[in-house]
Amino acid sequence: MTNTIADIEEADVILITGSNTTENHPVISSFVKRAVTRRGAKLIVVDPRRIKLAEFSEKWLRPNLGTDVAWLNGLMHVIIKEELYDKAFVEKRTEGFDALKAAVEKFTPEHVTEITGIPARDIVEAARIYAGAKAASILYCMGITQHTTGTDNVKSLANLAMLCGNIGIPGGGVNPLRGQNNVQGACDMGGLPNVFSGYQPVNDPGNISKMEKAWGVTGLSDKPGLTVTEMVPMAHKGEFKAMYIIGENPLVSDADLNHAEASFSQLDFLVVQDIFMTETAKTADVVLPSCCFAEKDGTFSNTERRVQRVRKAVEPPGDVWEDWRITAEIASRMGYDMGFENAEAVFAEIAMVTPSYGGITWERIDREGLHWPCPSTDHPGTPILHTETFPIGRGKFFPIAFIPPAEITDDEYPLYMTTGRVLYHYHTGTMTRKTEGLNERSPESFVEISKADAAKYDLKDGDRVKVASRRGEIEVVLSVSDKAVDGTVFIPFHFAEAAANRLTNSALDPVSKIPEFKVCAVKISKAA
Amino acid sequence: MDEKTILINGNRLTIQPEETILETARRNGIDIPTLCHLKGAIPTGACRICVVEVEKARALMPACTTPAQPGMVVHTESPEVVNSRRISIELLLSSGNHNCSVRKSDTGSFTSFQLEVQKYDNTDDLCPVWGDCELQDLAYRYQVSGEAFESTKTKYPMETVNPFIVRDFSRCILCGRCVQACNDIQVNNAISFGYRGSEAKIVASGDRALKDSDCVFCGECVQACPVGALVEKECRYAWRPWEARKVKTTCSYCGVGCQLTLHIMDNQVIKVAGTEDVAPNNGSLCVKGRFGYSFIHSPERLTTPLIKENGKFREAGWEEALNLVAKRFAEIRDTHGGDSMGVLTSARVTNEDNYLAQKFARGVLKTNNIDHCARL
Ligand code: SF4
Ligand code: SF4
Ligand code: SF4
Ligand code: FES
Repeated sequence: MTNTIADIEEADVILITGSNTTENHPVISSFVKRAVTRRGAKLIVVDPRRIKLAEFSEKWLRPNLGTDVAWLNGLMHVIIKEELYDKAFVEKRTEGFDALKAAVEKFTPEHVTEITGIPARDIVEAARIYAGAKAASILYCMGITQHTTGTDNVKSLANLAMLCGNIGIPGGGVNPLRGQNNVQGACDMGGLPNVFSGYQPVNDPGNISKMEKAWGVTGLSDKPGLTVTEMVPMAHKGEFKAMYIIGENPLVSDADLNHAEASFSQLDFLVVQDIFMTETAKTADVVLPSCCFAEKDGTFSNTERRVQRVRKAVEPPGDVWEDWRITAEIASRMGYDMGFENAEAVFAEIAMVTPSYGGITWERIDREGLHWPCPSTDHPGTPILHTETFPIGRGKFFPIAFIPPAEITDDEYPLYMTTGRVLYHYHTGTMTRKTEGLNERSPESFVEISKADAAKYDLKDGDRVKVASRRGEIEVVLSVSDKAVDGTVFIPFHFAEAAANRLTNSALDPVSKIPEFKVCAVKISKAA
Repeated sequence: MDEKTILINGNRLTIQPEETILETARRNGIDIPTLCHLKGAIPTGACRICVVEVEKARALMPACTTPAQPGMVVHTESPEVVNSRRISIELLLSSGNHNCSVRKSDTGSFTSFQLEVQKYDNTDDLCPVWGDCELQDLAYRYQVSGEAFESTKTKYPMETVNPFIVRDFSRCILCGRCVQACNDIQVNNAISFGYRGSEAKIVASGDRALKDSDCVFCGECVQACPVGALVEKECRYAWRPWEARKVKTTCSYCGVGCQLTLHIMDNQVIKVAGTEDVAPNNGSLCVKGRFGYSFIHSPERLTTPLIKENGKFREAGWEEALNLVAKRFAEIRDTHGGDSMGVLTSARVTNEDNYLAQKFARGVLKTNNIDHCARL
């Protein structure tokens, strides 16, 4: 997030898109709801489902799946045409305005209606509300990123925020809500193929020699590596030999699961390190048991870049180790002694080689976490990014063209399907499904459908149905719901036995390599 | 007299705009007891425990709702104040099953009362929040018992039909904090005051069970309840505050990173509370963070390394497993090159774990094939 969670309550207008916040980030949703009910902020929800937050909104816009660039360009079209944008900000802090203006020129409200299904009047009104705010915050989540155009969607949101001067101010910002607890940290730490910790590119010779010196090694590769979504097809072709998977369960979370399963079985050697025997662990050659969060010391970085302490509270069951210790022990058996005594020593090295974490120590975050960038031990941390300048100087507008989703409906597969989470479960369910109460509230997978669609296919609430896409099929219970809109169904992805990702499309965004989880075409019929 | 100051118990204190007497006092370390007051919510002034004497005012004033006005002279523990508080506390104690031994036991009435309470709650223990109750603390502080008034009978049966929260109406003092927690803080709007006068009850819409209402089981109301009326089902009667160790940590579910206080007994997490007064969540949690901790002690946890042989796992020691992994990784790296290998690290493990995973991929396997599953 460019801004903090607490900062949401400072906004006059909040635009939420592709985030079912009450179910996925419940505590953040309370900040949003309080802003609306107690401070009179106006909420605009743009989501294909009638999510809970729509009840709190001034406007709920319902775009067809995969048409986000179109409505965003539509908003900007109106804002530019009616001269509602922040001229001073555009002038002083940005570049590329003319190109943006040209790109959104043809996205008249009427044209946008054709693509997105959102009434033209709503586009105009939403644009005026957003542009009229002193400070407007944008919140988004996987509903924006998990598309073949995910990167374009995110750039479009940034365009909109810059256009109205909503960057670098309290109550503003472009705020991605991170799904898993430490996605932010995994990225910050260099758990990415192209950067060391702190986003230091691996193809920069300066960074290579700095790390070689810090680590006491030679021969670091300056060739950016493969993303997980690229590794899987490599494995499929037999070009990938070994994988070491730590705490992840790609055999439920991967798009086009059937293909992923076949790919993993091609590996010569697979090591999985986890707290449970997950679907992925079952296919491993060696399984290494690790501590869960309550059994170890360390830090997580949350979605607002706040680095916070994790503390050991209980002894682990059996003979189970911390993840970092297992990794270090493998390394030393391969001839490289990492030499850390405890997790705090690891953190000290992180701070040493990672400028944005440079000023953070465990002692400083003992009571409350700090926001990076925090370059020195007397730096207070950075709650709001880009207050004076952007890292690259001026903020750049990217003209973005609309590209339709990779898969569209046809006579055989007439319904759109999108995926997501439910309140009571988390990710692939390996943790939440071990709590009876959570299972009691949400026992099994379901497909959510509108009343009209249910009637059209002659289906009743509670029916067992077969949902099939071009890649696979699953059996689930039908749930007729007001949240669903005609023509689009929703399936949560927590349930391994009816994994939504047997259906989803693994077509990737060309830049982020994120699969298009949020759109595919399906058909539904009563289960035999 | 200075324009922007008030006198509390003889201390001259500067006031800040729009501050209540309570806020001025607390900011300056003067303790005024409260019961219905809930930080961050809209004050209701319902319980009158926080009353103070303001010179020249006609009656005692609730400190939690009365704005601090320049020139006020306030006494927070005058005899009149103490008397009023005692009566308020006595009334609350006599309404319902407050069997925390603060009654006079010499008349023998406690015994019959206790038997009744035990029947209602089906236990022979004292109140489940004994030692962790704000009403009990007040009764002790002001030395009052529950016998001053005729005790009123509980009208509503306990609600135990959901997996997470027990609603014990016999111990509800109708302070309204749960309602504020649900409506003002979490804005789930699931509960409110229902019925009037002596029939009053906190109800979920249409007086339904929580499980059939809009309740999302965030447990904010449980954390807000000052007494034993709302208690987590799992740990009801399972712990006492002096037996549990508390450890502050960060939630391991979503990216909000809520701060949690784990309550530990016998190496088991037995209760989770939101850590008050620290960002980002200021004590709030959701159902996963508060109630989704069973996985920690699940019997399905992996407890030893496993090596697959002929398609079947067998248990192995760390030495054997680590040596095997190191040997195979080294062989593959040396025959096929590091770029034929990959590491998937995790959005679930710590920064320290992640940092070493990438250091291992880059420094030992000599490849940048390192990623995590956040794209998925
Ligand atoms: S658990 Fe949460 S939603 Fe349910 S009544 Fe309590 S505060 Fe409201
Ligand atoms: S349930 Fe607890 S918080 Fe709610 S009114 Fe009763 S005593 Fe107060
Ligand atoms: S308590 Fe809920 S909202 Fe907070 S971090 Fe945990 S899962 Fe997220
Ligand atoms: S705390 Fe002030 S009236 Fe209850």
